Amino acid sequence: MMKPSSDPLRLQSHEWDIVIAGGGNAALCAAIEGAEAGAKVLILEAAPEVYRGGNSRHTRNFRCMHHGPLGPLVGTYDEDEFWQDLLRVTKGETDEDLARHCIRMSAECLPWMQAHGVRFQPSLAGTLSLDRTNAFFLGGGKALVNAYYLTAQDLGVTVAYDAQVRHVAIDGKRATHLEVEIAGQRIDIAAKAFVLAAGGFQADLDWLARAWGPAARNFLIRGTPYNRGVVLKDMQDQDAQMVGDPTQCHAVAIDGRAPKYDGGIVTRLDCVPFSIVVNKDAKRFYDEGEDVWPKRYAIWGRLVAAQPDQVAYSIIDSRSIDLFMPSVYPPVAADSIGELAVKLGLPAAELAETVAGFNAACRPGRFHPQELDGVATEGLEPAKTNWARPIAEPPFYAYALRPGVTFTYLGLKVDRTARVSGPDGPYDNIWSAGEMMAGSILGQGYMAGTGMTIGTVFGRIAGQEAAKHVA
Amino acid sequence: MSLDVSLQTDPGAISDDPVIEARRQIEICNACRYCEGFCSVFPAITRDKVFTDGDVTQLANLCHNCRGCYYACQYTAPHEFDLNLPAALAAARVESWERFAWPAGLAHLFQTRGEALAVALVAGCALLFALIAMLPGEGAGFYAWLSHGAMVAIFLPAFLLPLLAIALGLRRYWQEVGGRPVAVADLVAAFGSAARLKNLSGGQGQGCNFEKEDRYSDARRHAHHAVMYGFLLCFAATCVATILHYGFAMKAPYGFWSLPKLLGVPGGVLLVLGCAGMLALRSRADPALGAPGRSSAERAFIWLLGFVGLTGLLLYALRDTWLTGPMLALHLGSVLAFFLLTPYSKMAHGFYRLAALVREAQIVRTSAAADRSEA
Repeated sequence: MMKPSSDPLRLQSHEWDIVIAGGGNAALCAAIEGAEAGAKVLILEAAPEVYRGGNSRHTRNFRCMHHGPLGPLVGTYDEDEFWQDLLRVTKGETDEDLARHCIRMSAECLPWMQAHGVRFQPSLAGTLSLDRTNAFFLGGGKALVNAYYLTAQDLGVTVAYDAQVRHVAIDGKRATHLEVEIAGQRIDIAAKAFVLAAGGFQADLDWLARAWGPAARNFLIRGTPYNRGVVLKDMQDQDAQMVGDPTQCHAVAIDGRAPKYDGGIVTRLDCVPFSIVVNKDAKRFYDEGEDVWPKRYAIWGRLVAAQPDQVAYSIIDSRSIDLFMPSVYPPVAADSIGELAVKLGLPAAELAETVAGFNAACRPGRFHPQELDGVATEGLEPAKTNWARPIAEPPFYAYALRPGVTFTYLGLKVDRTARVSGPDGPYDNIWSAGEMMAGSILGQGYMAGTGMTIGTVFGRIAGQEAAKHVA
Repeated sequence: MSLDVSLQTDPGAISDDPVIEARRQIEICNACRYCEGFCSVFPAITRDKVFTDGDVTQLANLCHNCRGCYYACQYTAPHEFDLNLPAALAAARVESWERFAWPAGLAHLFQTRGEALAVALVAGCALLFALIAMLPGEGAGFYAWLSHGAMVAIFLPAFLLPLLAIALGLRRYWQEVGGRPVAVADLVAAFGSAARLKNLSGGQGQGCNFEKEDRYSDARRHAHHAVMYGFLLCFAATCVATILHYGFAMKAPYGFWSLPKLLGVPGGVLLVLGCAGMLALRSRADPALGAPGRSSAERAFIWLLGFVGLTGLLLYALRDTWLTGPMLALHLGSVLAFFLLTPYSKMAHGFYRLAALVREAQIVRTSAAADRSEA
């Protein structure tokens, strides 16, 4: 078991080669690479030990380029296909040079991960479509984080938990030390090189509200409450070069009853395509059947965020209750639409009218849950273009939806060597990795497993480069 | 296409009832599924969307308490979902053994109170001391202290009655989990899994997370193997000796190079080492991940089993000395206590675990057949 060096004064007086702000996947990859190159490494993890690992602890897989079967991956996923996929989800909001570099490097990361304690498993039940592109971690991201902490410990890396980096002290082009708060005590920690891998700002609701508007206070945060963007903001204030839209975050629609933070994967809801979704006025607002759910779930966070009170309700009937992955929350059930409206606190007459209008617009057709079946409404606004089957067979079920924020796009601009740039060009001794610089590559949208790819590739690069610098 | 969602629980509603609490945690696991590769429990969970009491009992008995899922879990305390699946399934599991046991009260007593097992051991030994003192011996070796006829008269019922109680319990188990007639293939699969303790392998042979927290280790699998195979060797030695006695008129004592000794001595050594290993590992493992309130009786059971092995070895080592009589009393007394407590002590886990593995093999086989007929 890793014992954090709890004595801040000893941390302060130690001569560190590399100090890493952050304790997730990218930070750990950097720490392991640095320590393997012989550097004395300190990890400053803002979370307590039980919550270490940032958002990495909620992840489940890693997207990886490969030619032929590799680890748990089947077939081939080459650079160009990976790049085209990335281009499609980001709609061009990406840096091709950096992205292609990341894609190419991903291939050698998988064996490196295995060599450093990460175990993979075959694609999970219900995720077969990813078995060529995404390697799943045995036990998920927390198991990966645990494995890396053990490897880092074996390599002599020191970890301080509850260690919040408040300020990166920079003199010209060189960082000199970090101002850190550990257990309520402010100390300065000097080092020869610094890796910033402390995530985005999605857990800071005030910042989200400033960027997005007051509606953001009703958002749920799917991951760690410790990604508050303190280091990011500090670097921004010191005129470091930034990338990514500062006002945007990635949000999906999740169960409205989910915890405010850290709900993770289980709060996901997969019933939208088989349902009608209404807002608090019991009005529909978007085509629920536009595409298969894996291609559409990401837009629904934004759609729900635009509704009054940032809430919506997905309503199905008994014929659809067994068509999707189980939700962790039981549905609200009722024998009539009127009763359902009462239970949800929706205006009953309006909901009855919406459902009746939808049902009347449905046309006969062969309903097929696994493919775009073309069973669409006629003369309804907004239309439902697939799986439009009347909501008619009681009992009726409903799930509340709210936007769940996964990550933010604002980040530090880095080059291929993961080095951060200030107002006058690259800093001498500051590197960044993970969510904190991912906006360069993922400027918009999201693609499963890409965050872990960026974190692993640039975490390793940052660690190697920092070690070279101090050697 | 309907589903009884009324069985679903609120993920935040932590319950004191072992079955309801296990169901709550299983439902959270089913919405996550990250642990699918660790053991048989998680693939079994993904086959259903809601879980009846029988489903929970089956999953609880399928779990080998390897703890891999706990250390990998993003929802353990202080998270509000407060997941601890190894403990939740262990609680539902021991509760099911108490429910299935006949008479049930005995199971509760001997699964919760370590001192009750100690009292049973002392009583068993005292009885044997008394019988050895009262009854005449006949023949050579330990038979000079207690005759073969007397031993059979004591141990035949002491062996068969607990087996009957176990059989009753297993029948109740089978009814509750909805078991079907057993095919040979199911038995082959179940015994194969038990023989390798496949479900303690971590899914990839890296071992479990019993005594080293999030670091994998095979120590528990090895210790359990020693106990299990040591016990089976000892049991085989007894069976072989019975066959030699009745079938070939070859009576104890047997020399070192005889079949009973060649099976029994290594068996006893393995049993003693295995029990010592299990106790050492338990002392390092986190009790909060095991069956709540069962620690003392589980430890006492390992001591009892180890004592059976140790006294058996000593009985052999001290043969032809004046200590044969007292050692015989201690050994047979502990064997008597062990036999009689089998349906009510931790020993019962072996039978229910095997039944769960048979049922799991059965479900896998029949659902594969259903897939084929659909395709």
